[in-house]
Amino acid sequence: MDAMQAIRETFFQECEEQLGELETGLLSMLEGDTDTETVNAVFRAVHSIKGGAGAFKLDRLVRFAHGFETTLDKIRNETLAPAPALMKVMLRAADVLADLVKEAREGIAGDDTRAKELLGELQVLSASEAPPRKSADDEDGGDPFQELGFQPLVLSFDGEEGDESANAPSGRLYRIAFKPKPELYYKGNETSRLFRELARLGSVRVTCETHDVPTLANLDPEAVYLAWTLELRSEQDLTAVQEVFEFVEGNCDLTIETVIAPPEAPAAAEAPAPGLQALSDSSQQPASQADPTKEWVAADTQEGSGSGAEGPADGKATRDAAKNAAKADAANAANAANSQQGTIRVDLDRVDRLINLVGELVINQAMLTQRVLEAGVVKIASVSSGLDDLEHLTREIQESVMAIRAQPVRPLFQRMARIVREVADATGKSVRLKTEGESAEVDRTVIERLADPLTHMIRNAVDHGLEKPEARLAAGKPEQGEVRLSAAHKSGRVVIEVSDDGAGIDRPRVKSIAIKKGLIPPDVQLTDGEIDNLLFLPGFSTAETVSSISGRGVGMDVVKRSIQALGGRISISSRPGQGSTFSMSLPLTLAVLDGMVVKVADQTLVIPLTTILETLKPKQADVHGLGPDAQVIGIRGGFTPLIDVALSLGFRHTRSDPLAGVALLIETEGGVRSALMVDAIQDQRQVVIKSLEANYGHVEGIAAATILGDGRIALILDADAIVAASNRNSEPMLAAG
Amino acid sequence: MSELPVKTNGAAREYITFRIGSQYFCVDIMSVREIRGWTPATALPRAPGFVRGVINLRGIVLPVIDLAERLGFYPAEPTPRHVIIVAQTGRQIVGLLVDAVSDIIALPSDKVQATPDVGSEAAHSFIVGVMAIDDRMISLVALDSIMPSVSGEAA
Repeated sequence: MDAMQAIRETFFQECEEQLGELETGLLSMLEGDTDTETVNAVFRAVHSIKGGAGAFKLDRLVRFAHGFETTLDKIRNETLAPAPALMKVMLRAADVLADLVKEAREGIAGDDTRAKELLGELQVLSASEAPPRKSADDEDGGDPFQELGFQPLVLSFDGEEGDESANAPSGRLYRIAFKPKPELYYKGNETSRLFRELARLGSVRVTCETHDVPTLANLDPEAVYLAWTLELRSEQDLTAVQEVFEFVEGNCDLTIETVIAPPEAPAAAEAPAPGLQALSDSSQQPASQADPTKEWVAADTQEGSGSGAEGPADGKATRDAAKNAAKADAANAANAANSQQGTIRVDLDRVDRLINLVGELVINQAMLTQRVLEAGVVKIASVSSGLDDLEHLTREIQESVMAIRAQPVRPLFQRMARIVREVADATGKSVRLKTEGESAEVDRTVIERLADPLTHMIRNAVDHGLEKPEARLAAGKPEQGEVRLSAAHKSGRVVIEVSDDGAGIDRPRVKSIAIKKGLIPPDVQLTDGEIDNLLFLPGFSTAETVSSISGRGVGMDVVKRSIQALGGRISISSRPGQGSTFSMSLPLTLAVLDGMVVKVADQTLVIPLTTILETLKPKQADVHGLGPDAQVIGIRGGFTPLIDVALSLGFRHTRSDPLAGVALLIETEGGVRSALMVDAIQDQRQVVIKSLEANYGHVEGIAAATILGDGRIALILDADAIVAASNRNSEPMLAAG
Repeated sequence: MSELPVKTNGAAREYITFRIGSQYFCVDIMSVREIRGWTPATALPRAPGFVRGVINLRGIVLPVIDLAERLGFYPAEPTPRHVIIVAQTGRQIVGLLVDAVSDIIALPSDKVQATPDVGSEAAHSFIVGVMAIDDRMISLVALDSIMPSVSGEAA
């Protein structure tokens, strides 16, 4: 059961990847890239999902994937043109497929109506598109073979799954010689499964060739001695037969002969080539170098792209050449190759353990260096250069280990494409999403927790940022709006930007709304930047009518809070008439944090740098008492509560003299400003976050712990909790029993 | 393992004995992970007095409990000769600050007697039983009740 569960989990993980590829492929098809590689990749993605879903008896998923695949197959065979209208439906179908996968993963039986509708839509589109195929072919140079050859295919797709298996014994007869290589079994394929798959296409007669099997004494248990000859009677064309062997291609010797061609017209085309060779790495076989006509037809069927360019070359070479030509976009090809090149799946726990250990190594190295310095042996050149080398090595190890957890933001960006589509549909806007820097890598946890805020910002950009098409045209802009999503590494952080080319922030309106909602006093003077930042105030929503898209009661304040919780910062810039840009700067990992190391009553504390706005040295004139215990500090005309950290943590029981310490002006997640009094600032550095809860428990006012270079533990302050506690109760919080 | 000093019924268990002031205590050796010297701890805000703070145990944030104070004695004044017994209780790891570790003893479990009723709350909460070795009485410390239930209170 457990093993099954694990396989199931792997299947769903792979589904995610397939869905990603599907979407990327469909999008580039929508852009006009009808390259065979792309189409095949899209088809493969759906096909793999269908295959896996079948193994797990996820019938709803199989049914939908099958219908989807049917349409894709027509595009692959060029019986259907990938028109933009069709591609849009396809993208929606991809969304539904993703939903179905999700539902299957969570074991929910969702609503089938949307899936049915889409399948219907796909069917209608592919049916209505079928006739124009002729003209499309004519443009291609009018390949009569292709047209005739594919005729039966169109017919076969009208039937449902059930009909396929119930094939009349008429039709074509294929003779398949199949000899697996050991790799086929290493990869977990099973011949009987392939045969069963073949049996679905028609009636099969299987003969096992055992003459290669040696005597028991000479038998190598890992070698493969069996081969099979199969005779398949089917209505399906060669491609369908080849498809059965799609996943074992290259891992077997395979020859498929069409013994009897379809009874109808194509006889003219295929009759002269009864020994039609195709598929697999049959290139080594002398037969495939024979008749140019055969090769031509073979390559044709294989690729489904009937460009007449193939010459009388070896079948594989032709195919490869075609593929290479198709891979004109070298970067893409390289990427694809890279992603397939030797990846492994590793348990997250193992990676985390490794990261922890490396964290220790770094601390230990720092401690060692300090000890050696103290011992005074550094004067010996070999010692000091050894220490330097050690430091470099540990740094490098740390970076490499962190990189393991890092993942490209691509899947996240791909998800956003769907959001843009949905919101654009709902608002009747035409929107193009441009993404940049998808390969920028960020810690997995950061990516996971970024999904929600980013979704919200994308929704906002389409719903509020972009104007309606009429307004855009009136403003002299193209009707189609553009939302840009970009990621880039900048000085040890990742900067993600969401920008639109819309109208920009309507500052007078933002200001009047803020005044109306009582968020700011009516007579306040604000700079443009300050007005833009009003959007982040809790309780602010600019949409005049609360729309179902953006107005879900979650405002930009929630976005800001989630970004801050990730140790990030968010800012807006906007130019009237030209659009707005939301820029988020995030740490690459949550395992480390930029902090300010401060001294409070002999204790060393770390305060997250992201919360600190500025530091200042209080002057006598600025500090004012307010009531019996509270103090405030005047900063540029306003008054901010002054919180004595030592007092509020119970390290001291009397208020220290504010003039002797340093005040850190902080902003909490709720946007409240306070000044924290500490004794002195010591350092500013990156620290590794350690859990205090694992072995002790939660301590109010403390977020976590860290280990400093001297090997001692320092506590990381939870500024929000300190501020909240001091608001609740201006009395010093005393030690709890 | 080592030979049992007394052969009787009941499975033999091994205990680590240590001293606080003039009294002897022990904990089950199976729960002890390691024993290390005292290093200054980082104080935790608003922690009970017997929580000395946290120290760095190879990257683990380890809370250190002053066992003397927890058991109702005067708080320890740690010197480099004091030791910390690193013990596992449930899923947590805790360090126990004691004066010195003295011995490892093996004793069948039926030799552990119930704690005599002395009307001391600390004795009842933290001592699960006593045993006699040579002329000494050794109290078996209940590790589970040593740690304050911080998480529960703070929620």
